[in-house]
Amino acid sequence: MSIGTNTIRVDGCAKLTGAAMYVDDLTLPGMLHGATIRTPIARGRIKKIHFDPAINWSEFVVVDHRDIPGGNAVALIERDQPALVASEFRHKHEAVLLIANASVHKLRDAVRAIRLEVEPLPAILDARATARPEQIQHGADNVLKRLTIHKGDPGAVFASAPHVIEGTYHTGAQEHVYLETQGMLAHRENGRMVVRGSMQCPYYVLDSLTHAFGWPREAFSVVQAAVGGGFGGKEDYPSNIAIHAALLAEKAGAPVKLVYDRQEDMAATTKRHPSWVRHRTAVDKDGRLLAMEIEVMLDGGAYVTLSPVVLSRGCIHSSGPYFCEHIHIHGEARLTNSMPYGAFRGFGAPQTIFAMERHMDVIGSRIGVDPVELRRRNFLRDGQTMATGQIYRDGTDLVALMDRTLREADYHAKRKSHASFNATHPYLRRGIGIASFHHGSGFTGGGETKLASEVWVEGMPDGSVEVQTAQTDMGQGTSTILAQVAADALEMSPGGVLVATPDTARVPNSGPTVASRTAMVVGKLTHRAAEDLSKQLGGVRGPSITGAIRAWHAANPGKNLVGRAKYEKPATIVWNDATYQGDAYASYSWATYVAEVEVDLRTYATRVTDFVAAQEVGRVLNPTLARGQVQGGVVQGIGWAIYEDVVLEDGAMKNCQMTNYIIPASADLPPIRVFFEETPSPYGPGGAKGIGEMPIDGPAPAVVNAISAAVGMSIDAIPVTPERLMERLDGAHG
Amino acid sequence: MQVHRPATLDEALQLMQRPDARPQPIAGGTDLLVSWHHRAKESVRLMDMSRLEELRTLRLTNESLEIGALATYWDVITSAEISETFPLLAQAAKQVGAMQIQTRGTWAGNIGNGSPAADGVPVLMAYDATVTLASSRGRRDVALCDYWTGYKKSVKADDELIVGIRVPRRACDFEWFHKVGARAAQAITKVGVAMVHSADGWRVTANSVAPFVCRCRAMEAALDRGEVFQGPDDVRQVISRDVSPIDDLRSTAAYRLAVLSRLVFFRMSGHL
Ligand SMILES: Cc1cc2nc3c(=O)[nH]c(=O)nc-3n(C[C@H](O)[C@H](O)[C@H](O)COP(=O)(O)OP(=O)(O)OC[C@H]3O[C@@H](n4cnc5c(N)ncnc54)[C@H](O)[C@@H]3O)c2cc1C
Repeated sequence: MSIGTNTIRVDGCAKLTGAAMYVDDLTLPGMLHGATIRTPIARGRIKKIHFDPAINWSEFVVVDHRDIPGGNAVALIERDQPALVASEFRHKHEAVLLIANASVHKLRDAVRAIRLEVEPLPAILDARATARPEQIQHGADNVLKRLTIHKGDPGAVFASAPHVIEGTYHTGAQEHVYLETQGMLAHRENGRMVVRGSMQCPYYVLDSLTHAFGWPREAFSVVQAAVGGGFGGKEDYPSNIAIHAALLAEKAGAPVKLVYDRQEDMAATTKRHPSWVRHRTAVDKDGRLLAMEIEVMLDGGAYVTLSPVVLSRGCIHSSGPYFCEHIHIHGEARLTNSMPYGAFRGFGAPQTIFAMERHMDVIGSRIGVDPVELRRRNFLRDGQTMATGQIYRDGTDLVALMDRTLREADYHAKRKSHASFNATHPYLRRGIGIASFHHGSGFTGGGETKLASEVWVEGMPDGSVEVQTAQTDMGQGTSTILAQVAADALEMSPGGVLVATPDTARVPNSGPTVASRTAMVVGKLTHRAAEDLSKQLGGVRGPSITGAIRAWHAANPGKNLVGRAKYEKPATIVWNDATYQGDAYASYSWATYVAEVEVDLRTYATRVTDFVAAQEVGRVLNPTLARGQVQGGVVQGIGWAIYEDVVLEDGAMKNCQMTNYIIPASADLPPIRVFFEETPSPYGPGGAKGIGEMPIDGPAPAVVNAISAAVGMSIDAIPVTPERLMERLDGAHG
Repeated sequence: MQVHRPATLDEALQLMQRPDARPQPIAGGTDLLVSWHHRAKESVRLMDMSRLEELRTLRLTNESLEIGALATYWDVITSAEISETFPLLAQAAKQVGAMQIQTRGTWAGNIGNGSPAADGVPVLMAYDATVTLASSRGRRDVALCDYWTGYKKSVKADDELIVGIRVPRRACDFEWFHKVGARAAQAITKVGVAMVHSADGWRVTANSVAPFVCRCRAMEAALDRGEVFQGPDDVRQVISRDVSPIDDLRSTAAYRLAVLSRLVFFRMSGHL
C-alpha cells in the first residue's frame, strides 16, 4: 500500500540540487529575449506609438495586434480580453507591443525608447459605484456575472424573527507571490510550435493558442517546465504570455523567451478578487439560524476571465457549513478598470467564508451566545440540506471536528487567561478566534462533466509504467500522489511508476490543475486507468507486472499498451445550472481552525502566536505533503488577513515589489499544528478528497475573530494592517 | 560597467579626485545592487573597496569604539565585548534585514546610502558617534547628528570617503532601541527610535520620521528637564516638534507620529 504513506517526492531531488529546469533556465541556439510594452493608464485608446529614432529598430522583432493570425483574444470563458491591444484598452499594464532581441541590454534600452500616446477614456475604479453611461464597458451595467441561490422563504421568516443581525465584510486583493515569476519559451520543432513554460493548465494554454493563431491543435505542443508555485496565478495568465512568446517566435523565425521580472509580474498579472459581502440573518434567542440573506459583490477587474466561476464558488460557500432552512444568496461580479482579478487558491470561497465566519462571531456577541456554542447549534447534520438543496450525507461529525481543534488549541483555558492578561497589561492584548468552514472538491456543478477528463497509464516497452495526465506539479506534489495512486492500483512500489511531464502532444486532457480536483478527480481516474492497464495484462499486479508489460510488447511490436479512464458523472450527483440547485460538489472537505493573537497597542501590530488546523479531507494520500499544503495555506491566509495589502493606483498595483508588498516570513509565524480526521469519500482514490485550497479559507476569519476578541471591537475588513487597526480603534474612541 | 579595485586608501582617494570620472564606492553592495535593476544607463563606474584592509578595523579602546568603513553588522553582533559595551549597536544590527544582509552590509554603507530609514544610524547617533571623512585633501571628523543637510544630502564632499566611525565610551544608565517594521525580519523601518541617557544627558534619535535620521532635541530637552508625561498625547505634543513624518507606500504620517509617541510613552512609564 503506497496510499497513506510519506512517499518521498518524485520531484524533490531535482529541485533540491538545482537540476530542475525552470523556464528561465532554458536556452536554445539563436534564442531571443522578449519584452512587453504596456498601456500607461487605466482606460483609453492608443493614438500613436513613438519609436525613438536613436535606436536601430531593424535589429528588433516587433509584434503588434496585426501580427495575430487568428482571433485577437485570450480565449477563456469569454473572448473579451485582447491578446494585444489594438486600440481601446481597459486597464493599466495591458500588453500592446512585443519586442525581441538577442541582447537583454539592448532590449532594456529599446523598451524605454518606445512611447505610447494615448487618449484617456472614463475609467471606473470602484466596483461598488454605480457606473455612469460613459463608464459602461460590459453589457448594460458592467456586471460580468450575476447569480442567485434560493431556498425556502426567507422573507416571511425575517418578519417574525426574534433577532435580525446585519454586517458587511470586506476583503482586499491578494497577490500570489509564487517563487518563480511567469514566463514562456516558444520555438518551432518538427513542424510544431512548441511552447514551454510555467503554467497550471496546459490545455487552457493550447485552447488560447489555437484561437489566437487559427491553427489546428496539432500545430502546437504545450509543455510544462518545472513550475515554482502557482496558487491559481498560473491558471489563466500563462495563456497571454504563451500567445505573446509564440507570436514573437513566429515572426522572428527563432526561439523567443519571455520571462517577467517580479515587478512586471506583480503589476501585470491577476490577483485575488476584492469582495464586499453583506449578511442579514434572522436568529432565534438561542442563536439558531432561521433565515439568511447574503449579497456577494466581487470586483472582477477589466475582463471577464474567470470571474463567473469565482463568483459561483464564492456564493455556494457563502452560507458556511451550517444548516438553515431559508436562504437567499445574490452575487455579482462587476467590471472595473483594474488588472483582471483571477484565480487564487480558494477561488471566491475565502472571501465569503471570511464574511460568514466573522458574521457568526458578530451574531454571537449581539445575542450573547458563545461563538463556539453558536457554531455547535448550527452545524450541518447528516440528512440536512445546504443552500443549493444538496443533502449533506458526508458522515463527518462537524461538532467532533470542532471539539478536537478546541482541545488541541486549549481554547477554553486560553480565553480565561486572556481575560485576566488583558485586564492588567498596559498595551498588549491577547485573543483567540475560531473559524469553521468547508470547501468543495473539484469543479463546481456540472463542471467536471463538461471537462470530461481523461487519464492514461501506459506500460512502456522497457516494462515501466507511466502515468499520463495534464496535471502540473508546481510544488504541491501532484506527481508524487499520482504515482502513489497508480502504484497502489498495480500493487507495485511508487518508485516504479513514472509520471509524464505534461505535453499536450503526448498526454490526454485530464483538465486543469485547479479547484482541489487533482487528488480526488484525476486521482480516481488514474486509479481506474491503472486498473485498466492491469486488465489488459490479464489482471497481473505486483512485481511481476514489469515482466508482463515487456512480454506484451514482445508479442505486439510497435503497439502501445495504454490503460485508459474517462470521467463519468456519478449517478448520485445531480446539478441544475439554470436554477443553481443540486449537488454543487461531489465532496466537501471540512475544518475548524483556531488562531491566537497578540496585538501591541503601542504599534497596533498583530502577531499570530499559535495556530491549530484540524480538518477532514477524506483519506490522506501522503501525510507529509498534506501537512505542507495545510501549513502553506495557513501562512498565505495569515498573510491575506494582516500583512498583504495590494495598493492600487489608477487600477494597478503600485507596491509591486517584495519590499513593499509584505508577505509574512518565518519569523512572523506561529507553530502551525495540523490534524487530520479521515472519513473516506466514495469519489476519490482510496477515499481521498480535495485539500489544496481549503487551508486558505479559515485563517483570515480565525485571526480576525481573535483580533476582535483581543481589542474588544468588531473588525470587519482585511488586511488588518497596523495602520488600519489604528484608524479603526482611534476612530472609535473619538 | 567599469570597476576599480584600489589596493590602498591613497589610491582610492586618488580615484575619488577625478570629477569627470569619479567612481561610486561599493562596500557590501546591499544598497547599491538593489537599484541595479532600475539603473538608468548601462555604463556604471564602481570602486570596489574590498582590498582596503585598513578599513576593516573594529577596535574597542578605553575611549571609544572605532568602526572601519568595511566593518559589518555581523562583526558587531559576533563581538561579545562590543555587544556588551554598546548593546544598542548589536540590537539594531540584529534587526537589519536578515543574516545574509548582516554579514555583508556595512555601517558606513548605511550612512553612505543616507536613507531616512537606516537602522544603524539612530543607535550610532544616540551614542554621539562621529564620522571620519577623508579625501586627498585631508581628513575631518563630523558629528553624525550634523552629517545630513537634507533628504539624501550630507556635508560629505564628492571626493570624500567615509573611512571610519567613532563612538565615544561613556557610562549609560538607560539604553533602548525599538524598530517597527511591517514584519519581524527583512523589513524597512516604518518608525524607529533610540534613547540613551548618560552624564551628558538624554539622546533621543528617530528614523523614518523625517527626511534624514535625526535627534529629537525638543524631546531630549523635556527629558533633561524631568518633564513627566501622563499619556502618549503628552509625548506627541513635544516630539512632533522634532519630526516631520510623511505618507508613503509603507505607512502614514499619522501612524508614524502616533506610534513614535506611544513607544516613547510606554517605555518611559516603565514598561518593557
Ligand atoms: C534585503 C535587504 C534588507 C535590508 N534591510 C535593511 C534594514 O533592515 N535596515 C537597514 O538600515 N538597511 C537595510 N538594508 C539596506 C542595506 O543593507 C544597509 O543600508 C547597509 O548598511 C548598506 O551597506 P553596504 O556596505 O552594503 O552599502 P553599499 O550598497 O555598498 O553602499 C551603499 C551606499 O553608500 C555608499 N558608500 C559605501 N561605503 C562608503 C564609504 N566608505 N564612503 C562613502 N560612501 C560609501 C555607496 O556608494 C552607496 O551609495 C537592506 C538591504 C537589503 C538588500
